[in-house]
Amino acid sequence: MRRSGLASFVLWICLTVLTLLPVWWMLVVSMRPRVKLYSKSVLINDLYWDNFLAVLNSSTFLQYLWNSLVVATSNAALVCALGLLAAFGLSRYKISGGDNVFFWLITNRMAPPAVFLLPLFLLFTKWFVFGDFMLFDTKIGLILLYCVFNLPFAIWLLKGMLDGIPLELDEAARVDGATTGQVLSNVILPLARPGLAVTFILTWIFAWNEYLFAATLTSSAGARTVTTALAEYVSVTGTNWGEMAAMAFLTTLPALIVLGFVQKHIVTGLTFGALKG
Amino acid sequence: MRQSNIGWLFLTPATLILFVVGLVPFIYILYVGFFDWNTNAVDPTLRWAGLQNYRNLVFDATFLNSLARTLVFAFFVVVSELLLGYVLARALMADRLWGRQFFRTIHTLPIVVAPIAVGATWRLLCVPGFGIVPYYLRLWFGIDYNISTNAYHAFATAIIMDLWHWTPFVTLSLMAGLTALPKEPLEQAQIDGGNKLQIFWYVIVPMLKPVLLTTVFIRLMDALRSVDEIWMLTKGGPAEATRFIGLHIWINVFPKTDYGYGAAMSLLTLYVTIVLSWLLFVAMTGRKGGAQ
Repeated sequence: MRRSGLASFVLWICLTVLTLLPVWWMLVVSMRPRVKLYSKSVLINDLYWDNFLAVLNSSTFLQYLWNSLVVATSNAALVCALGLLAAFGLSRYKISGGDNVFFWLITNRMAPPAVFLLPLFLLFTKWFVFGDFMLFDTKIGLILLYCVFNLPFAIWLLKGMLDGIPLELDEAARVDGATTGQVLSNVILPLARPGLAVTFILTWIFAWNEYLFAATLTSSAGARTVTTALAEYVSVTGTNWGEMAAMAFLTTLPALIVLGFVQKHIVTGLTFGALKG
Repeated sequence: MRQSNIGWLFLTPATLILFVVGLVPFIYILYVGFFDWNTNAVDPTLRWAGLQNYRNLVFDATFLNSLARTLVFAFFVVVSELLLGYVLARALMADRLWGRQFFRTIHTLPIVVAPIAVGATWRLLCVPGFGIVPYYLRLWFGIDYNISTNAYHAFATAIIMDLWHWTPFVTLSLMAGLTALPKEPLEQAQIDGGNKLQIFWYVIVPMLKPVLLTTVFIRLMDALRSVDEIWMLTKGGPAEATRFIGLHIWINVFPKTDYGYGAAMSLLTLYVTIVLSWLLFVAMTGRKGGAQ
């Protein structure tokens, strides 16, 4: 037993190095001055911040960063609110045809984004137009659109969590004269808070990471997100590797920050509750 | 459980949004697919074309090649991730392991990194003349590795990048599945004198089947629609070596503004995806159709 323990420990170490290498290399490149850029050493030789400063001093990038922040946060909040309501309905009421609706809600997540790019583009530019306002190239458009993949995810995750809250608690509150709204806000909400936090963080990350919709359905600095900034940067300035790495690192940063918190729930979330992580 | 009409009240907002951004686009594209519609053509209006778009699609070699390429990619990726993930999951489930939680956290990292940043990072690693991968491959093994001229290298790199990105997910979910397995059948099989291979095939695999199939299902769906990473890594090149179907639709439809044809292309892709997932779903639940 001890020998196999040691072997698997060594294996863990090797795997960890392999897992971290690309991210590490990104950090290494981002901290290299131009003259040393083609060095093949994988160590950080000096703390050189100019690449990060150059990226963060660009007003366009800051605008994109702000857009991403607004879109991801609003979308996660919206999705959590609607997801909680829907999960409450599905978990606490016998809805005729509820199973089928639930199944349809969930299948939305499986839709390949590339397939829906064209119809969404056409709808956003030609149909969802209200006077001077059209959904194309707006943050609101992206916030609504990201519900396609985030809302099914939130409903699934939250339904699982609400199913775990005993029905007796609802009944007890109702016997004491609580209305449905009060049951939701005073019984369910406090108990579902950890689940809501997980849902919020994961959907936030998914919205932050999204690229294809953002690239196709926005065109100006008013709505484009960091992922599109990174892609644009690569196609515009072919070989400014240092700044590209810095930008990629900044795009990855939120994921790195919430990593420890998300770790326990990611497998459960991604397998739609089929597995407990 | 209470009466149904109030339950619907809670479901309505979510259903409404998903109706608008999920179902309406689908219906719309179904409609557009029957028309000849190019906003930059001499006649930019919709003209009825019947099934002409689909007829053209069947003879469109670039489209079909890219579809086939995607299936090959997905097959390689899913199979290798499953094998690798299983071996790693077994190897890493040693009883005494110092810092297991820490390692598990590290291995969650690739899963949450933005695909676009994954692509950028692998570009930094692999791009000829700059990355360390071509440099050390040449230095240590004398291999001329070049993802911007060699189609095989580019394709292989796309697969390896996907392995880096998603094998940890497969490992973690198989570990979850293995941990949840009941111990008795395994012990019984050992007592009955089954060898390792027999135990694996006749005891573990059947018990792990739901987990295996769920994991395959999720990985297959993701592999079929991967666009961002590939776009950043190779832009679909060299030539069309890594132009997978999502990328093909994306870089073809919008510059050409041939919307009717694009709609047909998108729909056929969706159809292939649905058929594949349906086949898996049937295998998963062991019966035909219907929600579980």
